[in-house]
Amino acid sequence: MYHCRLIMISLSLLSLLLLNTVGEAQQVMSIQVREGQLRTTPSHLGKFVARLSYGDRVTVIAGQGAWKKVSLTDGKYQGWVHETALTSKRIILKAGQSDVGTSVSRDEIALAGKGFNEEVEAQYRKNNINIDYNWINKMEAIKVSPEQMENFIRTGQLAQGLEGGKP
Amino acid sequence: MNKLIWRQSLIFVLLLSFLGCAAVETVTTVATDVAVHTGKISRQQADSIRKGTAAVSKSLEDFTPEQEYYIGRSVGAVVLNKYQPLANTKVNSYLNLLGQTLAQASDMPELFGGYHFLALDSDDINAFATPGGHIFITRGLIRCCRTEDALAAVLAHEIGHIQLRHGMRAIEKARITEALTILAQEGAKSFGSQAISQLTQAFGGAIADITNTMINSGYSRAYEYQADAAAVVILQRTGYNPGALSEMLHVMAKQIKPGGTDFAKTHPSPQNRIAELQAAGKSFAVSQTPAIRKERFVKAIGQL
Repeated sequence: MYHCRLIMISLSLLSLLLLNTVGEAQQVMSIQVREGQLRTTPSHLGKFVARLSYGDRVTVIAGQGAWKKVSLTDGKYQGWVHETALTSKRIILKAGQSDVGTSVSRDEIALAGKGFNEEVEAQYRKNNINIDYNWINKMEAIKVSPEQMENFIRTGQLAQGLEGGKP
Repeated sequence: MNKLIWRQSLIFVLLLSFLGCAAVETVTTVATDVAVHTGKISRQQADSIRKGTAAVSKSLEDFTPEQEYYIGRSVGAVVLNKYQPLANTKVNSYLNLLGQTLAQASDMPELFGGYHFLALDSDDINAFATPGGHIFITRGLIRCCRTEDALAAVLAHEIGHIQLRHGMRAIEKARITEALTILAQEGAKSFGSQAISQLTQAFGGAIADITNTMINSGYSRAYEYQADAAAVVILQRTGYNPGALSEMLHVMAKQIKPGGTDFAKTHPSPQNRIAELQAAGKSFAVSQTPAIRKERFVKAIGQL
């Protein structure tokens, strides 16, 4: 009797584990940054394969540390993305426009453009005309390419390949 | 028989641990919300309960990186209302090259709009980091840095505040609940003007919470020590001398003016930060910075 129950529990635990593994292999995720970079290698120094847009859906095909090798759902490109640029939530780009079936709960949907957004910022600026965003825009325009960063690391005798990411 | 029961319990506990973590967080968030609303516990008590279950981050995670970016832009604009930017391309390019190299080695290398750095034209010793990845550093604080490694330590400390989401945690819980409630009510429909005005009010409140904390009251000592610890890890990952943080703090200790409205007011004293680093085993000996790093550091910011 006890043996029987023990086996049942063990089996359900095992199936749960297997389910998780299968789920991970086919996991579909969304790009949650404005401009996601698909790279040739799992590194921020990796060359760009393609630029991904906010809300793009990708299929995770492999992982290495904090990096995921993904394929665009149309199968066009493959490359590496850092996991902090990805979310398991589905992102709806425009409010009211939904291709999400009823099986997806609200918790699984990130509503892009909703909440604190450009429209709210515009309203806030209207209420606070003394605040200037000119330099915020200017500083956001400063870009550093992977080549510049690689050169900075190499010439400065710094460490290469010691990537961040959640331990 | 006893052995069997023991084995079963073990399996049961294992199963629970697989399934339980996320559920406990959600339950705690809901339970503490209800308790606050019914007046059973204060907001502070609720916060501490949530911290225990890591559920604070759960409620903050309901904000998308896009929303944190917009919060960050306005927090940055308010900072620039108090401090003039230093319009020096050479200095700002160097700060971004150094800062973005450090950021990619942090635990949060990807933000909605990325990391961006700007020098401020002030002799105050001050620095700010917004939840959107905007990092500001005054000329006064840059002058406390004698090497690229020391400047890296300062920027890494600010990146630490972002990766630990200290700015977002400065927002009053009630405001977070308010904003998330408006979002939940509206579902996937588009917003009416009343919702926009309510959201703008919550937004303005959030900006005020963060900027008041950063500029006036300062984060808790615990947050500053956490950011220092994060900075040391980032320095180690990028190959900078991790002892550069203590080195910079020693210089700051000599230059900081007691009673000032800058770091003197918002941060634990440099001496206390050094002591905390030592206590945490994160204090390292200062080593020689390679000549090439000295050269480019002087070239970029030597005129300041």
